[in-house]
Amino acid sequence: MIPGISIYEILTITSILFFIGVYGFITRKNLISILISVELILNASVINFVIINKYLYPDMLQGVLFSLFIIAVAAAETALAVSIIIGLYRQISSVEVKDVETMKY
Amino acid sequence: MERIIFYSIALIMVVFAIASVTSRKMLRSVIYLLFVLCGVAGIYFLIDYNFLAAIQLTVYAGGIIVLIIFSVLLVHHIEMQLEIAKLSRQILTAVACMVGLGIFLTTIYSHEFNVVENSRTTTTADIGSKLLSYEAGGFILPFEVISVLLLAAMIGAIIIAKGAKLTGKNDKAL
Repeated sequence: MIPGISIYEILTITSILFFIGVYGFITRKNLISILISVELILNASVINFVIINKYLYPDMLQGVLFSLFIIAVAAAETALAVSIIIGLYRQISSVEVKDVETMKY
Repeated sequence: MERIIFYSIALIMVVFAIASVTSRKMLRSVIYLLFVLCGVAGIYFLIDYNFLAAIQLTVYAGGIIVLIIFSVLLVHHIEMQLEIAKLSRQILTAVACMVGLGIFLTTIYSHEFNVVENSRTTTTADIGSKLLSYEAGGFILPFEVISVLLLAAMIGAIIIAKGAKLTGKNDKAL
């Protein structure tokens, strides 16, 4: 644990990061910007896993291992999302959310 | 000393996260995200999880950021300004996020955590043996599943990204 820093301060920081990500997810109109916001949200949750593991259960490793898995899934998700964005751009020449309506309804 | 480092990292992370979701230039917003991810790696270093910090730096700052920059350069003109949402919608979203943050913080601060004072260092060998152990509490099955998932995601990404060409060839062959 970090000397002089309580668990409350770190959880405050991660909550702030999480809600900044949610704000970006809702207000942005661009697929790549939405991807960036999702990365912020995922990172905030990963820090929570690691911090709770370190502060509350220092003998265990479950939080660290789960954060490793979350990072791997996030990498796979980003690769797929980027390929979908590139494929979309080839078909409709745009990455704005409002132009993507092929699979609507 | 740790307090100063932690507070400066926290300040950098919050400021650059806000800049990243509000900047109207695409490439800058990605670079701001890079600073946030490096700040996260700094927090891992502070709590003594060196392996996780290295993973964060290589996978996120090295891999994902490069991938996003690549896609930005492929689909955008760099000077292009992004569209932004209506002001009323921005304010509504900000208020909703503030309310959610308030609920989170009141819940966190009203809960008593049983913090265990410790200064244990986790070595990479511990993580590796736990990850590959097949006894109770071992993580060998998720480890194998995640490797298959990564392979499937990579193949799927290749297929999706070159989809048009593949179908064109198939049509000719048929």
